[in-house]
Amino acid sequence: MENIIELNNVTKRFGGITALNKASLKVTKGEVVGLIGDNGAGKSTLIKTLVGVYSPDEGDILIRGEKINTWNALKARESGIETVFQDRALTPQQSIVKNIFMGKELRYPFGFIKEKEQIFEANRLIREIGFTSKLINAESPVGNLSGGERQGVAIARAIYNKAELIVLDEPTNNLSLNETQKVFDFVLNVKKSNRSVLFIGHNIYHVYDISDRFVILDRGEVVHQINKNDISTPEELMKIMRDTIGTH
Amino acid sequence: MSNNNSYLSNYFHRNGRALGSIGYFVLLMVIFLIGAPEAWIRPNLHQSVFVMMPTLIFLTIPLVFLVASGEIDLSFASTYAVAAYVFALLVKNGVDPAICLVLGVFTGAAIGALVGTLIVVFRLSSLVASLGVLFLLRGVILLLSNSRSITIMEVENHWIYPLLVGNFYGFPMQIFWAAIFVIFCYYFFNKHVFGIHIQHVGDNSVSAEQMGINVNAVKIKAFMFVGVGAAIGGIFTTMITYTFFPTQGFGYLLLALAAVFVGGTPYWGGLGTIIGAVFGVGIIAYMEIGIIAIGWSGEWRQFFNGLIILLALLGHRLHGERVR
Repeated sequence: MENIIELNNVTKRFGGITALNKASLKVTKGEVVGLIGDNGAGKSTLIKTLVGVYSPDEGDILIRGEKINTWNALKARESGIETVFQDRALTPQQSIVKNIFMGKELRYPFGFIKEKEQIFEANRLIREIGFTSKLINAESPVGNLSGGERQGVAIARAIYNKAELIVLDEPTNNLSLNETQKVFDFVLNVKKSNRSVLFIGHNIYHVYDISDRFVILDRGEVVHQINKNDISTPEELMKIMRDTIGTH
Repeated sequence: MSNNNSYLSNYFHRNGRALGSIGYFVLLMVIFLIGAPEAWIRPNLHQSVFVMMPTLIFLTIPLVFLVASGEIDLSFASTYAVAAYVFALLVKNGVDPAICLVLGVFTGAAIGALVGTLIVVFRLSSLVASLGVLFLLRGVILLLSNSRSITIMEVENHWIYPLLVGNFYGFPMQIFWAAIFVIFCYYFFNKHVFGIHIQHVGDNSVSAEQMGINVNAVKIKAFMFVGVGAAIGGIFTTMITYTFFPTQGFGYLLLALAAVFVGGTPYWGGLGTIIGAVFGVGIIAYMEIGIIAIGWSGEWRQFFNGLIILLALLGHRLHGERVR
């Protein structure tokens, strides 16, 4: 199986604190990886390094087997990695369409923006992900939307860019049951189209339900990896987590 | 029906601030017209405004970009004089004025880049740091020029003079250049990646960074644009008056800032309006000149400037709080 992305022995320090310590992680084509760990385990740092918001102090990043020298958020997106950040990464005073195309605007030569095309695509996307309210269209400001709807905009952005790997950082936080189900459906659709998902969550049941493989992180280190086939219940996963965390 | 409502509300969300400042401008015109109709129909009043407005537009419009990016710059009032000094000094030394113009504008961009880099790299408060640069550059100018002005009558005979600041059927040419500048900036701000990225960065710089926008680069470019605008304003004024004088530009500092905010651009970043700023400039320019024209003493000018800023801010409150 082709590796979409591979992190090898990645270390990230902030001042004197080592947030990631020789962490290694790979995601292959078409799989859903669940990243779990306690608060402060380094999940967020690992994700932000993986998607180029942080650059690693040590270690290698490989995209489809090729080593990358300079790594940043734009490069990650150009490599086919889209992220739905925990804070959604939206600009609330701007319209939905501007948010969907943020950083990857559809452009004419010289940097002018294909506004009509963007609006058309954004309207199509927000219907596709199930914005039913007629009061909302592509030019509505994001600040007027509910938490679930904002999550929808962040997901629409990932859909539009047809990413090969979609990273979802705590995507079900503060969502209703109905909205959570929508996120699950979205993950399953991505998987069906043979693309990959990295799913980060607090809620073990959520992570268990949709992941093919689990990666357990503790104090900046990857302490355990396990396939879903090897366990049969979320309780078993929780027991493994309890047993591995704090023992290394 | 509901669809119409949403388009209407989106329209007001996008244009409400610009419409607001157009409203204040019309209101001010009506007040002047009722207060002093005979002064108002005299063309020389409007001619004086037309002479002042272009300079103020070159200073104000780039500031809209910078304020929308979440920063502020006060140093432009000194950059204005530095660029004018470079221009005048080179002209005086026999360099072709067209080349001097380019070098002057380049000086403005370079100062903007330096100020922006200083603020962005060292994470300084742009208000305080640019205040420092404002004084520093003014000091440099006073020292270099020995506080002496430079007269450059020779520009009048060069082809750039009639082209840039000449007279076209009674209208000063700089009006046309300012209009072209406004149209360019309108598209640059609203329909170009540069303007759109500025709005994202000023709205939420963390989000912008996460989406791969180079936040620091965007901000530095915005500072450079302010430097370019200030340089154009300074050089145009120097050409119009044939004179560089070392204190020039200081008087525009507060007027240009007032025009940005009266024009409806909020101070908190993420939003801005070019059209609003043009009318903001109109309001400030007519206040400056109109008070005198209607026969009131100059002492009233500052009073009314202050009043109009406060009233405009109160009015723009109607567009609501910052959404998060």
